[in-house]
Amino acid sequence: MGSATEYNRRDLFKRAAAITVLAAGGTSLLAACAGGSGSSDSKSGASPTLGSDNKNPFGVKASDALDVVIFKGGYGDDYAKVFEDAYKKAYAGANVSHLGTQEISGKLQPRFNAGSPPDVFDNSGAQAMKADVLVSADQLTDLTVLLDAPYLDDPTKKIRDVLLPGTVEQGTINGKMYSLNYVYTVFGLWYSAKLFKEKGWTPPKTWDEFITLCGTIKAAGIAPFAHQGKYPYYANYVIFSLIAKQGGLDLVKKINACDATAWDDPAVLAGVTAFNKIMEGDFLLPGTNGMTHTESQTAWCQGKAAFIPSGSWLENEMLASTPADFDMAFLPIPSLPNDKLPATALWAGAGEPFMVPSKAKNKAGGLEFLRMMLTKDGSSKFVATANSLTVLKDGVNADVPLKPGTKSSAAAVTAAGDVTFNFSFQDLQTAFDAEVENATNELVNKRISPAEWVSRGKAATSKKV
Amino acid sequence: MRHRKTPFIFGFLVVPVVLYIALVIWPYLQTFGYSLTDWSGASPDMNFIGLDNYTKLFQDSAFLDALQHNLLLLIVLPLATILLALFFAFMLNVGGKSGTGGVQGVRGSAFYKVVFFFPQVLSVAILSVLFQGVYRTDKGGLLNGVLIGLGIVDENHPWDFASNPTFGLWCVMGVIIWSGVGFYLVLFSAAMQSIPKDIYEAALLDGAKRGTTFFKITLPLLWESIQTAWVYLAIAAMDAFALVSTMTPGAYYGGGPDHHSEIMATLLMRNFITYGKAGYACAMGVVIFFITLVLSVVSLRVTRREKIEF
Repeated sequence: MGSATEYNRRDLFKRAAAITVLAAGGTSLLAACAGGSGSSDSKSGASPTLGSDNKNPFGVKASDALDVVIFKGGYGDDYAKVFEDAYKKAYAGANVSHLGTQEISGKLQPRFNAGSPPDVFDNSGAQAMKADVLVSADQLTDLTVLLDAPYLDDPTKKIRDVLLPGTVEQGTINGKMYSLNYVYTVFGLWYSAKLFKEKGWTPPKTWDEFITLCGTIKAAGIAPFAHQGKYPYYANYVIFSLIAKQGGLDLVKKINACDATAWDDPAVLAGVTAFNKIMEGDFLLPGTNGMTHTESQTAWCQGKAAFIPSGSWLENEMLASTPADFDMAFLPIPSLPNDKLPATALWAGAGEPFMVPSKAKNKAGGLEFLRMMLTKDGSSKFVATANSLTVLKDGVNADVPLKPGTKSSAAAVTAAGDVTFNFSFQDLQTAFDAEVENATNELVNKRISPAEWVSRGKAATSKKV
Repeated sequence: MRHRKTPFIFGFLVVPVVLYIALVIWPYLQTFGYSLTDWSGASPDMNFIGLDNYTKLFQDSAFLDALQHNLLLLIVLPLATILLALFFAFMLNVGGKSGTGGVQGVRGSAFYKVVFFFPQVLSVAILSVLFQGVYRTDKGGLLNGVLIGLGIVDENHPWDFASNPTFGLWCVMGVIIWSGVGFYLVLFSAAMQSIPKDIYEAALLDGAKRGTTFFKITLPLLWESIQTAWVYLAIAAMDAFALVSTMTPGAYYGGGPDHHSEIMATLLMRNFITYGKAGYACAMGVVIFFITLVLSVVSLRVTRREKIEF
């Protein structure tokens, strides 16, 4: 998640594809199960170790083929071909096979079940395989070896030194990093700087200011707040940012770990109570609770609502519907009194997870491919085509022009410095996340109170993987 | 030439039978096997755990709720669809002005037949998009737009239709019925047209009214078609996955808000794909299979009647 692929993830037609699995009263679902004929003797081989050769630290054999699978979503798959060409240049004998697809699960699940996965794959989109499931089935390579490998542009540095904060954590399950999330995303509120300038509104710094401004906006005849109601995890970007800033990084860690005691922290109730003021003030865009992300974001682009929560893929996702002079801007979630984190602190994380299967034939090649993606040139090419930042620190060449939203989120990343936090449960604890999403949906519909939301969240921790 | 006939028939049958066994029967059997394991769906590894999945399944309140929703569908869907289809079919075929000129449908029945059948040619994906537009929760939605325009609904508090905990499932049911009536209308029409007109004419001469001809003639002679329709609709009610997962809110395959429109199929998919509990999901699949099978057999048995020859 956390990428323009979001647009596709919830897309109806992707689901329709999943639907065919059940179409014949379960017949084809059963066919889907029929892939599991792999032998059990292909237990995961040893992870490649780090050699002393900076050019080829994993010991890639030039003669080994490399099998790459890329999610062909909002970013297309052409960017990957740039990296594949670089790989071919370095290892002239290697036959690189490329598959760009939207059906990650459909194409890869049978291969995992048969014990012959690709060497590196981009696990994104509507049909991404669940990382927590893959890890507990022992299907992924621990990428620590990649983090310790030399950085290609400057071999005195290690890869781990040039990644933006949060990248490693985002890919970490049970203490080991299993995915390199390549696209850097910040989560917060978005507004039209043009609209705010016209009306003379100042972007709020504190939550009290935010609520007061919401009143002003409502009086001006515009709905203050829209969210992607049919998918309640967008509203959770606001709630959990409030909680994180109030409670600090330790609390974030505990929530991600599905620690039930985290929910007794007063910061949790404080955060969700603050959020609930939006409902108390009746500040929601009418109908937003039942709208899809496309519907509500379009309404927001049309100026029907002032604020909307989302990640920084929003700009690329809404390119077609955004008026030319919209001047999209990013606002970190405003702060509460006595916050443990500064107002500039951000929910920031990495999306578009690249993984190397533990049973890959050319594991070294897969790792080397990831290392090649993390060069300034490669990163810049990606930024220019996708209007999104990568996880490489300062990974944009000066000559790459940025759109206003991307520029504004890049500025927020700089202002935040090292103080970022990241909730990984949305990707890594999906059963827990689903319950929290349900609770949030009840909250925005005013069917439960903030206190009930907290107790439901606490109960959901029992769903830990 | 008798010895030639057997290989000839066998040659025709062997390919479909082999395909059927390989693509339908064998996966079914495999699913029975997987349902006894802790398979994650993402690796070749699995352990045999006996009937654990099944005991867990019947203690899983989410599954039992979903089962209830399916049972609700099972009652409402066939009943509403068949009654509507029967009513329309009767009106289109024999419901016209009685008395003069024998038996005919209402005026313009050929046109209505096409109109009624139209929803049937739409794919489920299109139905879903169409009705998301109808049920949209702001004034851009067809229903809300009309209701707000008429002043029945407050513009600032539009109706939430499919995302309403009480009415969500009924909204989906409405779509399934809307799309299904046309097909069964045509099915029943065909059956009605095969009923000899002299039976109706005789009844009309004896002074029978529309209601009498329907209950004494049409319905008994249509029994087999209705029985077929019932079984098909019962199977559809055990599925309903496509529309529920796309039209209702909620994380991973809909079923919301807060499981209020959860059905067995959405729960199955979420467990299989999202939670990596493929073995558990297979157990659900097996349960759905048996419920559907039992339902079909029972409804065919219960509705068995003496065949009427004419």
